[in-house]
Amino acid sequence: MDLTAQRVTLAGDAGAGAEAKPRLADRIDAWLPKIVLAPTFVCALVFIYGYILWTAVLSVTPSRMLPKYEFAGIVQYEALFGNERWWLALKNLALFGGTFVLVCLAVGLLLAILLDQKIRGEGFIRSIYLYPMALSFIVTGTAWKWILNPELGIERLLHDWGFENARFDWLIDPEMAIYTVVVAAVWQSSGFVMALFLAGLRGIDDSIIKAAQVDGASMPTIYRRIIIPSLRPVFFSSFMILTHIAVKSFDLVMALTNGGPGFASDVPATFMYAFAFTRNQIGLGAASAMMMLMIVVAVIVPFMYSELRRPRNG
Amino acid sequence: MKIRTGIVRSCLIVAFGAGLTVATGVQAAELEVLHWWTAGGEAKSAAELKKILESKGHKWKDFAVAGGGGENAMTVLKSRVVSGNPPAAAQIKGPSIGEWGAEGVLSNLDEVAKAGGWDGLLPPVVTKVMKHDGHYVAVPVNVHRVNWMWANPEVFKKAGVEIPKTWDEFPAAAEKIQKAGFVPVAHGGQPWQDFTVFESIALGVGGADFYRKALVELDQATLKGATMEKVFTTFAGVRKYTDKDSANRVWNQATGMIINGKAAMQFMGDWAKGEFSSAGKTPGKDYVCVAAPGSAEAFTFNIDSLVMFEQSSGDVRKGQQDLATAVMSPAFQEVFNLNKGSIPARMNMNLDKFDDCAKLSARDFEAAAKRGALVPSIAHQMAVPAATAGAMQDVVTQFFNSANMKPKDAAEKLARAALTK
Repeated sequence: MDLTAQRVTLAGDAGAGAEAKPRLADRIDAWLPKIVLAPTFVCALVFIYGYILWTAVLSVTPSRMLPKYEFAGIVQYEALFGNERWWLALKNLALFGGTFVLVCLAVGLLLAILLDQKIRGEGFIRSIYLYPMALSFIVTGTAWKWILNPELGIERLLHDWGFENARFDWLIDPEMAIYTVVVAAVWQSSGFVMALFLAGLRGIDDSIIKAAQVDGASMPTIYRRIIIPSLRPVFFSSFMILTHIAVKSFDLVMALTNGGPGFASDVPATFMYAFAFTRNQIGLGAASAMMMLMIVVAVIVPFMYSELRRPRNG
Repeated sequence: MKIRTGIVRSCLIVAFGAGLTVATGVQAAELEVLHWWTAGGEAKSAAELKKILESKGHKWKDFAVAGGGGENAMTVLKSRVVSGNPPAAAQIKGPSIGEWGAEGVLSNLDEVAKAGGWDGLLPPVVTKVMKHDGHYVAVPVNVHRVNWMWANPEVFKKAGVEIPKTWDEFPAAAEKIQKAGFVPVAHGGQPWQDFTVFESIALGVGGADFYRKALVELDQATLKGATMEKVFTTFAGVRKYTDKDSANRVWNQATGMIINGKAAMQFMGDWAKGEFSSAGKTPGKDYVCVAAPGSAEAFTFNIDSLVMFEQSSGDVRKGQQDLATAVMSPAFQEVFNLNKGSIPARMNMNLDKFDDCAKLSARDFEAAAKRGALVPSIAHQMAVPAATAGAMQDVVTQFFNSANMKPKDAAEKLARAALTK
């Protein structure tokens, strides 16, 4: 806004001889961005921050079926942390989030490095890996539900090929069900991470690598000491994107396991939905939603702080 | 953040609801009915109600929100009521009627009930659900029986076993069926289906009095007792005879396995009958409906009902009363239930047009009501408030899906879950 204001003053100065006021076109010029942005800004303010605030208020009320505005202190949070299913949801989030982010980063980086070897048909291969991103999580979830189904998918295929004792029944195993979500999520998101890394790799100055080669460094060393460290900002953005995909994961779990078997693959988002909307415990649901927000804040804020403080070079 | 989109959506609904207020203001005698009778037979049933109401000079405004269990419909309803613009009538059932009654938004139907003599037409167990604070606030549409077992007689014949009548006979029969290469129990591994099977076992193993004490009155000692342990042991026995693919299978796919002769039996309420009918099967020949083992004398009911919301317009109030009268009329109860697979809620009706399963259900309903063996289904939100039922369902489904949880521990956990308020 400062720049625009300055330009208006300059324009005003230029025409100062004729009239002191800025011309209409200039004024429109100054106001137009504000007017255009205003609806989005108001929407964001009301529908995001306003409702976060509302959720926070609800979480300290005894609301059950309908919102009830009486202060009840932290009873909902106490009930939440006394709930076994919530702890399971948190554990699942940690398992899912941790594995998903790490595997995605590893697979994405590996694919990007391999693609960066100036191979033929790169554009074609790149689109293949990127395509899963074009699908919605519901489609991915449903497809993987069939692939992982023991009597329909992979296990059946292995049996038909003659490996009679092959077992791959993670989908119906309460201990392993959450990892099926990891498999599907990695399949969907790693191509996107690859694209990010690829862009990062292309941005690295060739001359540094050439200089290292002249100094006699081997390729693995160049990757380990020069290329990967200089991808730091890409790691940062990928981490941010993947973490928030993990915390908000809802549709994928709904489509793939529906939180099952039983509630073995419940995550905080499905927990929140179940309690707020089907069990008439809006207060408890709101408390769990606030905890989800806290998780995101706790993970991302320190990371962002340390990353953004670092002086940018290059 | 999913909650964000959820909230945005409910806001839109509120805004949309406000728009509707303006629209309804123009035509005062319009009756808006919120329901989730959207699937084939159910939709036909709802159309009948509309016809009856229109013949009385009212306008029916359809407010159908799809989604089987009515979860979506309830979310919409909440936002409408909060915005001060409730529909004239809504499909609400079980203890939720009381929860809405406690909010003070339901209108009193005592006059209509008195004029129609409802007290004499409905069993006391049913009227208790329809009342809040001693006043009628809801009108029953139908009665579903939950403790059914749907069996394929062909499969039983091929396996050379009789259909089990008690849970003690069940394991031997299931074993033989499995040996003959069939799936003994067609099941869908979703929490509510696990809970449905569980309640039928509780009724069959412990009887109606045990069921009422444990799952309706939530008596702590009964919940932790030896009978409950036996219920869980039997429940674990059923798990052995389901197939690997049951995880997250929807109930009508499981019914399909009975129809195709892949599986022998399914424990499911009588909405399953619609699947058999639409596949062109006849009861008694292609499939049989019997009470779940050990529960022939008892009856777990799941009743759909309509409640009326307090309205300011006199015309709409008149319409609500006509709607309530129409719902209780024999003509509507017959045609609605013929389409839906359930039985009429009012007793002593002529059932000539109904099939054998419905006739058996109606006979057992009246007998069980006299005997005091008519109990509300907990898995279908008829017995206890949603929060409590949900917590108990969590325990049941957790037990069903974990191989190493002991029946005794499960019973203890169930008792703890029953304390959820």
